[in-house]
Amino acid sequence: MSLLSFASELVLILGGGIVFAISLGAGRGRPAARAAAVVALLNLGVCLASVTVQGDLFCHAYRVDAYSQLFKCFIALGLAAVVIFGSKLKDIREQIRPEYFFFLILGALGLTMLVSSVELISLFVALELSSYALYLLVPMRRERPGLRMQMESAAKYVMFGIVSTGFLLFGMSYLYGLTGSTYFNEIAPALAQRWHEPAALAGVILVVAALLFKLAAFPMHLWAPDVYQGASNETTAFIAAVPKLAAVAVLIRFLICAGPSSATLSLVLMAGSLGSMFFGNLAALVQKDAKRMLGYSSIAHAGYVLIGLVTLKAAGFAAAMFYIFGFVAMSLPAFLVICQVSKDGENVSIDDLSGLHKRNPMAAFIMGASMFALAGIPPFVGFIGKFLLLSEALRGGFVLLVVLAALNTAIGIYYYLTVVRVMYFADPGDRSDVRLDRGAAITGMALIAIVTLLGVVPGRLLQAAIDSVSKTILY
Amino acid sequence: MDVSWMHGHWPLLSVLIFLPLAGAFVLPLLRGDGPVKVWALAVTLITALLSIMLYTGFDATTASYQFSENLPWIPPLNINYALGVDGISLLLILLTTFLTPLCVLCSWRAIGTRVKEFMACILIMETSMLGVFMALDFVLFYIFWEAMLIPMFLLIGVWGGPRKIYASVKFFLYTLAGSVLLPVAVIALYLHSPGHTFSIPALMSQPYSATLQCWVFLAFFVAFAIKVPMFPFHTWLPAAHVEAPTAGSVLLASVLLKMGAYGFLRFCLPMTPLGVAAFGPYVLALSIAGIVYGGFTALAQSDMKRLVAYSSVAHMGFVTLGIFVLNVSGLEGAILQMINHGITTGALFLCVGMIYERTHSRELAKATGIGKIMPVYVTALTVFGLSSLAFPGTNSFVGEFLVLVGGFRYSMMLGLLAIPGVVLSAAYMYRMLQRIIWGGTSNPDTSYLHDLNWREIVTLAPLLVLVLWIGLAPAPFMNVIHVSVQRLLEQFHAGLVI
Repeated sequence: MSLLSFASELVLILGGGIVFAISLGAGRGRPAARAAAVVALLNLGVCLASVTVQGDLFCHAYRVDAYSQLFKCFIALGLAAVVIFGSKLKDIREQIRPEYFFFLILGALGLTMLVSSVELISLFVALELSSYALYLLVPMRRERPGLRMQMESAAKYVMFGIVSTGFLLFGMSYLYGLTGSTYFNEIAPALAQRWHEPAALAGVILVVAALLFKLAAFPMHLWAPDVYQGASNETTAFIAAVPKLAAVAVLIRFLICAGPSSATLSLVLMAGSLGSMFFGNLAALVQKDAKRMLGYSSIAHAGYVLIGLVTLKAAGFAAAMFYIFGFVAMSLPAFLVICQVSKDGENVSIDDLSGLHKRNPMAAFIMGASMFALAGIPPFVGFIGKFLLLSEALRGGFVLLVVLAALNTAIGIYYYLTVVRVMYFADPGDRSDVRLDRGAAITGMALIAIVTLLGVVPGRLLQAAIDSVSKTILY
Repeated sequence: MDVSWMHGHWPLLSVLIFLPLAGAFVLPLLRGDGPVKVWALAVTLITALLSIMLYTGFDATTASYQFSENLPWIPPLNINYALGVDGISLLLILLTTFLTPLCVLCSWRAIGTRVKEFMACILIMETSMLGVFMALDFVLFYIFWEAMLIPMFLLIGVWGGPRKIYASVKFFLYTLAGSVLLPVAVIALYLHSPGHTFSIPALMSQPYSATLQCWVFLAFFVAFAIKVPMFPFHTWLPAAHVEAPTAGSVLLASVLLKMGAYGFLRFCLPMTPLGVAAFGPYVLALSIAGIVYGGFTALAQSDMKRLVAYSSVAHMGFVTLGIFVLNVSGLEGAILQMINHGITTGALFLCVGMIYERTHSRELAKATGIGKIMPVYVTALTVFGLSSLAFPGTNSFVGEFLVLVGGFRYSMMLGLLAIPGVVLSAAYMYRMLQRIIWGGTSNPDTSYLHDLNWREIVTLAPLLVLVLWIGLAPAPFMNVIHVSVQRLLEQFHAGLVI
């Protein structure tokens, strides 16, 4: 076992320990933020360095391969971006800021472990590690007089999370009962033989449902808008983007393991996809709060990702991978701008973005590019990602799904365009200028560069995704 | 892989496409509005001069794609970076490269705020417009096709007139919603084509089933008909035209509208001939409706920009009529008419913009009786007006005549139905010219009405030359079109047999 194959996790564990040590003193928000930024950047570097590493750890329960390493890179990117542009933590009380960073890193650690888990118990442990860390981030938001929004959100998040954990355990017990193993590669052949039994399908669907919770996809999406609105801006930035990577990673591994392309499973995923797209896009149309709007839009994007999974084919999985990578890169800049526009961490309504172009051209540019990317306008990654998904779904013969998805793109454009319209055409009124931190400006421009590059030259990442998925299948 | 430029040639098409974009990236480094304008003008002029090499190097005797470049781009899906020019796209490319510097010139005074961003939008527009006409791979085509909406949206929304926000949002939503099914249609063709390719030439002339062709044609039709715009999909056009700044109106009318017609020629005819055969008559009916509707509506306008905008609907009706009569004269007339409309309507929008800069109104009533005060301006306006109504000796006469010949060849009835359009265009144009030149002045104080300055004359002169040149000696323009049109018709008829 080479050290590199567990390097990202080690960095996060040790880094988390350091941040925890810092948190033991009083008034150490600033050093903790610096330490967290260093840890996150180090983690990103380590992930990029270990992208080709392969290995099997912990009695084959933990697989390090091209597939997991790709996901880890983007998880690391998400963590680094959030830690850097959210370093001020305007809406978290001074005393608990170090703890906030600690739990953020712990959450990222759980997600990093999740993408490598190929065994049910380790999957469960990793999932809960990430979930509980994130549950705690939500109520850390400062309390505003007469408004305990963050508590309501936290309660909803935990409740829904626990229910989905119930689904997960219930489904896992079926799978174990049917196959007598907790290892994916042993479950797969055994399940293929017992696929005709209803319990097999029930077990698979229960597990899928639990993972759809993480992805915030229909019908497990109900928590998302409330949590996004109630959590502090930085927390939302993280929750809206990074856990979805891990959710897609596990979903793909699990669907590969669930084996033979089953019409029923496709149908279930298709229902999830259509429900997410329509619900997300239609509900987003009428939102006034920027984060809530992005919450609904992310439900819609979860629906787009599911289009790739519906095919149950390697190429479709690769397209879904590519799309979720792109989604992380294009949704984070939007949250970045929201974090910066918000003065002391309060929520930002779409009207608050009025005339942003005059108040800070760079912030408006970053937000605008992010909106156009999410809307799926070329040359950004949103377009080519959707194009790949539609290609693969049409190849699989899902004509209706593809046509409805294309129509959804048209619906979605409206609310993204509203944001751009408000920023560029509306009068700023008496809203004050916005200052963009240097770290945030660099992060934002870097993310936009990634979004554009992935949109213009998607070939290499796509090829890497295809190769890694097909290797995972062969295993 | 055919990379002709690797053997001694240089990638002229790529240079043309990306030169304006590169120019836009330099803009943030410049300080002050003056250098920004000069730089934008220089970049667009160099692009225009370079594009002359396309014409001189073009071989009019072959229908194959020339100056082609083909590099693998997204290998997993067999998507290539493929560019090429044929007789159908050559003149449209030249039109684009020649009009863009004029757009920069006409904005010299008119745009006072955020000049840098304005010029960046114009340059990015030029890149994507050229990309649309040169792309020979669908994904590349679609990226340019959609990417153009962002700068156009900003051009209308930031620098437009009083109702700019409404107009820009309507423009963006309408055109984008129309083209969301375009990729779905092409993916369907991709999956049914033998080579699994997005190459536009390779997707042509394939034996797709009739049902598939009809569905794909409908998806194409919605996207292209909105872009043209054909009646009844035209409602975004008057709003966008009226509110856009002059340069935006010129680009919209001269180039963007041509993309819909170009799409019909490049995609519908060769890829879905059975769909064209099935739905062609309906498209012809809509074209006639557009001609008559556009003419009558233009007749009732008091806003000059609106008048020209509705005349565009009528003129583009002639273009689609020429395309869907599916014979040589109709198609050649349609392509020439696309160029003519670009020149003439572009010029008319420039003229309206010049009056607007003086009177700050586009109302016809405020600009009456300026024949004596602004003789140079009025002369130019008259020539462009006559060209718009297809007066013999001007460019549009050649184009419209060919289209009508094609129409009569298709059926006597169709030709007769198109005739009222010609009469209507004379009516609304003469009405406008009469008011502007001889109508009584409404305001005794005419001190603000000074005749054209040198910059404005330089802006209009090239268009004036082209109007007369194409009108009197169209051969150099028709020659490059001819062979490609014949090949297109061969492809179409071969597709019908399958």
